[in-house]
Amino acid sequence: MSEPFFSQLKCRECGALYPKKAIHVCEYDFGPLEADYDYGKIRAAISRGKIQSRPLTMWRYRELLPIDGEPTVGLKVGFTPLVKADRLAEALGVSELYVKNDAVNYPTLSFKDRVVAVALSRARELGFKIVACASTGNLANSVAANAAAAGLESYVLIPYDLERSKVLNSLVYGTRVIGIEGAYDQVNRLCSEIAGKHGWGFVNVNLRPYYAEGSKTMGFEIIEQLGWEIPAHTVIPMASGSLLTKINKAYREAVKVGLVSESKFGIYGAQAAGCNPIAAAQKAGTDLIRPVPKPDTIAKSLAIGTPADGYYAVNVMRNTGGAAEDATDSEIIDAIKLLAETEGIFTETAGGVTLACAQKLIVSGKIPRDERIVICITGNGLKTAEALDGHLPPPARIKPSLREFDALIAK
Amino acid sequence: MAIEVSIPTPLRGLTGNQDTVSAGGADIGALIDDLEKNYPGIKARLVDEAGNLRRFVNIYVNGEDVRFLQDKATKLSADDEVSIVPAIAGG
Repeated sequence: MSEPFFSQLKCRECGALYPKKAIHVCEYDFGPLEADYDYGKIRAAISRGKIQSRPLTMWRYRELLPIDGEPTVGLKVGFTPLVKADRLAEALGVSELYVKNDAVNYPTLSFKDRVVAVALSRARELGFKIVACASTGNLANSVAANAAAAGLESYVLIPYDLERSKVLNSLVYGTRVIGIEGAYDQVNRLCSEIAGKHGWGFVNVNLRPYYAEGSKTMGFEIIEQLGWEIPAHTVIPMASGSLLTKINKAYREAVKVGLVSESKFGIYGAQAAGCNPIAAAQKAGTDLIRPVPKPDTIAKSLAIGTPADGYYAVNVMRNTGGAAEDATDSEIIDAIKLLAETEGIFTETAGGVTLACAQKLIVSGKIPRDERIVICITGNGLKTAEALDGHLPPPARIKPSLREFDALIAK
Repeated sequence: MAIEVSIPTPLRGLTGNQDTVSAGGADIGALIDDLEKNYPGIKARLVDEAGNLRRFVNIYVNGEDVRFLQDKATKLSADDEVSIVPAIAGG
């Protein structure tokens, strides 16, 4: 029986409807296509109890994800911890703070496992044998691992100068890793040409309407883990801006299908100062995104100079009363250390960006200190270890002697 | 005044499959009107009902996005290169 909840694709600009194929752009005005659902049917079919009876994975929100049959890829992805971060809250001077920790997402330690689970499940439904992506690292890792487990052939295209661990984390799965001599935007441009020519399933090009919806599950989980409440303030890293727009969509959909009651919420975006096209537009009060031709930041996973969803992200922040911030490399390092030292969570540079920006938004008063705040941590620190080179003291080294040990700790 | 305009694949159905066409006009707005005269239907693909450049259509003059010049009022001269490029989704 075909799934009745996900009906078609719809142009975000003109509303034109399209069949559920591997297409992502409106033929008429080039607007992005997005999954369109029958919310009336979903509302009648879904309930808190039904969701709670299901396994603890992202697929417990199955009705709100754009595939036809049962998922076949990434069945164990999601339902990462929402950590009540009291020690970090004290350090930041706020009353109630949570960390949504996708640094321990399964299987490749970033939120990208969510989008890939949906994209590859859909790729199989559409009959693709070869899948691919343009990536700043985490997506490549996830496509490589999930494609391997699903028996799909894969290609991942990345800027050639990514962190060593991010490259290794793709290579090990036997995928074909292709390093492009250029920035992410050039990788992306090449991928859209390849997708047009080779007929592969590019998760973030021709499968993007499906892929992007996977990010909503991070928002659904936050709501459920807070006891079915939407947090007053959510801070989210921005590369293309897609995750931010999808968490906003998740909050709205949860209201629409009757899972939570409506409440006011603010959505806040975080970028690196060395690649801040969305934050700069938000701060300037415009939704015209000026591309950053040469991103320069240690947060390579966020280094997208021409963010596809920048316009929509700025509008989400504006419409929810949120705001954007950006963080320098040294602020990013300090924030990585702060999160590790207060909560025992080691995040990659993008997580440093998110926490550093949250801190700035709290200090500037844009996020009030006495309301519930959630910070979205999207990736794992072991993948960007070199960012900390020279920023941590070397371990002490002594002979196996009690006298040397006592002398050391007496210092 | 003839200016070379490069046409992206999705719009070539309107230009008889030509990837480059020539058009005239003192600014981008006039150039779009001139394109419409020779290739009817192309204007509606580039600008919305209010006459504004569509959000996911980029027009470059000598490599510069007209949104960061004077938009549709961006002046043109004969040796300018104009490219129409749909925005690329991704990331």
